[in-house]
Amino acid sequence: MSYPHRSDLETSTRLSRYQGRPEARALDGWERLGGYEALRKACGMSPGEITDVVKASGLRGRGGAGFPTGLKWSFMPEGGDKPHYLCCNADESEPGAFKDREVIRWTPHLLLEGCLIAARAIRAEHVYIYVRGEFFEETKVLNRAVVEAYERGYIGPNVAGTDWSCDVTVHLGAGAYIAGEETGLMNSLSGNRAEPWAKPPFPAQSGVFGMPTTVNNVETLATVPGLIAHGAEWYRQWGSDKSPGTKLWSCSGHLARPGNYEFELGVPLRDIIFGACGGTHSGKAVKAVIPGGSSTAFLAGDELDCATTYEGLQEAGSSLGTASPIVMDASTDIVAAMRRIAQFYAHESCGQCVQCREGTSWVVRILQRIEAGDGAPRDIDTLYDLCEQMTGRTICVLADSVVFPLRSALDKFRADFEARMKQRLFAPAAAAGGSARLATAGV
Amino acid sequence: MADNAMNGSAIELTIDGARVKVPPGTRVIDAAERAGIVVPRYCYHPGIPSRPAQCRVCLVEVEGRPKLEPSCTLPAADGMVVRTASDVVSEARRSVIEFLLVNHPLDCPICDAAGQCMLQDYAYSTNQLESRVNEPKLVMGRDRIADDILYFADRCIICTCCVRFMSDVAEDNVLIVAKRGSKAYIDTFPGRKLDNPFQGNIVDACPVGALVHEDFLFKARAWDMDAAASVCPGCSTGCNVMIETKENQIVRLKPRYNGAVNSYWMCDHGRRCLVMTNRGVRAETPLIRDDDGELRPAGWAEALEWTRGKIEQAGSPGGEAIVSPGASNESLFFLRLLLDRLGIESAGFSVPQGETASLPGVPTLKLRADRAPNVAGAEMFGGERADGELAAATGRPRDGGALVVLDDQLDGAGDSFGEGEGLFLYFGARLPSAARHADAVLPVATFAEMDGTFTNADGRVQRFHQALAPPGIARPAWMVLSRLLASGRNGRAISDIREAFARMAESTPAFAGLTWDGIGLKGASVADSRAAAPEAPAGTAG
Repeated sequence: MSYPHRSDLETSTRLSRYQGRPEARALDGWERLGGYEALRKACGMSPGEITDVVKASGLRGRGGAGFPTGLKWSFMPEGGDKPHYLCCNADESEPGAFKDREVIRWTPHLLLEGCLIAARAIRAEHVYIYVRGEFFEETKVLNRAVVEAYERGYIGPNVAGTDWSCDVTVHLGAGAYIAGEETGLMNSLSGNRAEPWAKPPFPAQSGVFGMPTTVNNVETLATVPGLIAHGAEWYRQWGSDKSPGTKLWSCSGHLARPGNYEFELGVPLRDIIFGACGGTHSGKAVKAVIPGGSSTAFLAGDELDCATTYEGLQEAGSSLGTASPIVMDASTDIVAAMRRIAQFYAHESCGQCVQCREGTSWVVRILQRIEAGDGAPRDIDTLYDLCEQMTGRTICVLADSVVFPLRSALDKFRADFEARMKQRLFAPAAAAGGSARLATAGV
Repeated sequence: MADNAMNGSAIELTIDGARVKVPPGTRVIDAAERAGIVVPRYCYHPGIPSRPAQCRVCLVEVEGRPKLEPSCTLPAADGMVVRTASDVVSEARRSVIEFLLVNHPLDCPICDAAGQCMLQDYAYSTNQLESRVNEPKLVMGRDRIADDILYFADRCIICTCCVRFMSDVAEDNVLIVAKRGSKAYIDTFPGRKLDNPFQGNIVDACPVGALVHEDFLFKARAWDMDAAASVCPGCSTGCNVMIETKENQIVRLKPRYNGAVNSYWMCDHGRRCLVMTNRGVRAETPLIRDDDGELRPAGWAEALEWTRGKIEQAGSPGGEAIVSPGASNESLFFLRLLLDRLGIESAGFSVPQGETASLPGVPTLKLRADRAPNVAGAEMFGGERADGELAAATGRPRDGGALVVLDDQLDGAGDSFGEGEGLFLYFGARLPSAARHADAVLPVATFAEMDGTFTNADGRVQRFHQALAPPGIARPAWMVLSRLLASGRNGRAISDIREAFARMAESTPAFAGLTWDGIGLKGASVADSRAAAPEAPAGTAG
């Protein structure tokens, strides 16, 4: 079932099947539900065979970028005497996303099983689960599950009776958004500031502690046991050719039934919002939707007929991201919403790259001024130009994460921004004079 | 040098239309320098190993790649076509500077770095005459980051060169970036103090005016200073430095690149040497003892003639000499000639001692216990090293022999030092009271006021150049000595340093084959004079 609401749209619930069922949280109950069968099966397979199944399934990373998981695993070097590491990215910090949290809360053993299978596939003997700093309850649940799994021999020496050993460490972060970026996560885990590094080196060459590392999202790893148990073809019955399988959706905003849902990839976005989620709670029209978490581009209310696949949302001018639509009804102040999003990213910028460090906070201050009614039309030109300057020139994509919503907000809701400028009490002479004076005062 | 390393494994790439051959593994930013193209950079420093590629000002365009790439980390590849000044690159660079100026206080008129600031330079070169920023600036304030270093957070561009100098080169992880985003600033690690003998280098590593020596604060504008290449007199390592002067006073010593000695750095003790160089009452004019036994000032011609007469009169009486390990090789050489004339065999010198320190990232850079620049030279010209205060030991009446002192402060000498029959010549930059019994005081220049060479502890002979005018009519000791000896069999006086060096080299086996021009600004090893000194990478701050 989905949690906390049920949806008629659900053709299949694979990942979220046991969410809301307390017995799945403990190992005994989890085993009764068929838990760790897939791990036993995987232990009879070679690392290459496991990777081949995942490759064949077409599973794409659920952390937002959608990189093919099997391909990522195959980057890990063959041979060599360096230890390999698997990092599970449970630093779910994208505003709007709360799917990984539910996976950990309700089915911690599903995640552990996925971690162990993936670790076997990449020949790792240590798994780090990097949990977001604020996830205290989730860490408790996960720690309890790890202890149980150690006691029953699923983790530790001779996993499930094989000659392969694997340890799992749960690490609680300190709550920085950027620690969810894979190189930032590895830096943080290594004891450094959570700052992304410029690739190369790629994680598969030199990751956490300088060793070959694979970083996978919680949902990605939680999908793996099902793939191993049932095979790639079984998984491909859902979704499209390029985006196979099912996906967890964290739906929030002005919805009648917000929550976590699981849908087959490709369901029209309109059906998710108006079907499963029951439309807006106010009954007002949908003004805008950010479909994939706050770092993706806005879709206007009339653009919701797109298919929710990676490629479908890309065609619509946005992206699937973490599949976390934030729905805004007609009462929404887009300028304020955009300002708040930009504020988040300015606050979370690690401060390495100039474009991001200075650009994000500059964008915030321009938006604040527009919001306060002090904007001038040329501010919109400046914002467009900043979008250009902040795209694709930094180590990670945090700067781009402001640009996607900002540029689309300006494109689609320009009138909202311009309307703010007309609200000035003493416009336009005072505005022009004030701006000119400030402009001469400083760069 | 580069051509030898090529041998088939060379990579050839095109940068701004110029074809460049570089060894494998070279980064594009370094390859560009070989073609004479300096790509702007902040966070890249050739002396700091880590390259975070975070300032984004060195982005270049690479044909066939969708995004601009940071040239500091991008490895050069065969056939790569790089553009460092295309429209896209220029626009990206302009925008980086614009971003950096969003919160920059633009306090250039009161900033010590003005005129030597990479932010200022690039802002002018990208022609940013107008601002689009209507927002109030973030104000961060300033902080005393070490006892003698101030940190102006508003000016900081978070290139982290200082942090990485401390972590990578000094291997002393004291500095950190605190907070993040536009509120990020540099600070010491909580509970720790920046207290490292090499910490002054963070000021040099800072490409802007964020880190400032309190010593230098508001002391001089970059354009009011003159500079001369020199060698640090602080210890026997002989770090290559630039002496920066204003109004005939040294205001700052800065390290000058020499890969064989100090790389890009120097120690704080060396930086503080300028204080003692500027200080003290100087001997400005020759003094000779007239017939009624009083020292009186004289011009050079008179003083030298008088002294020459005394030397003739004395013949070869033997005696003692005190020399200085801070005197140049040339001065020590010509003094040796004088001592030979007087039949003086022993020339003692003492070396001030101090604590040692080393910089882990540069094995050849050490603050040595011997706090004098030319200990090796003093030994080479027949000096005998003595422990403790030499003057006290030698401080006795002359007993009819000669006593010659070259630039020793005569610390610890008693009232009767040099009293008695015989000849007492004092060649010195300063006039210590212990020289009161000298027959002639001949004022000489300090190392900063003359050209010359020092030989460092590793046997490397290095040139230093005149940065200041000597006070009064003081002259370099080698010049004074050469004129003093010029009559008779020693021929004419030498007043050109090339000639002085050549004269020294021809009669000193260790210097055989070396010439003033040949050893260049990087010096040459006395032990192996054929070895060529490595040149600094082009375009790096020297």
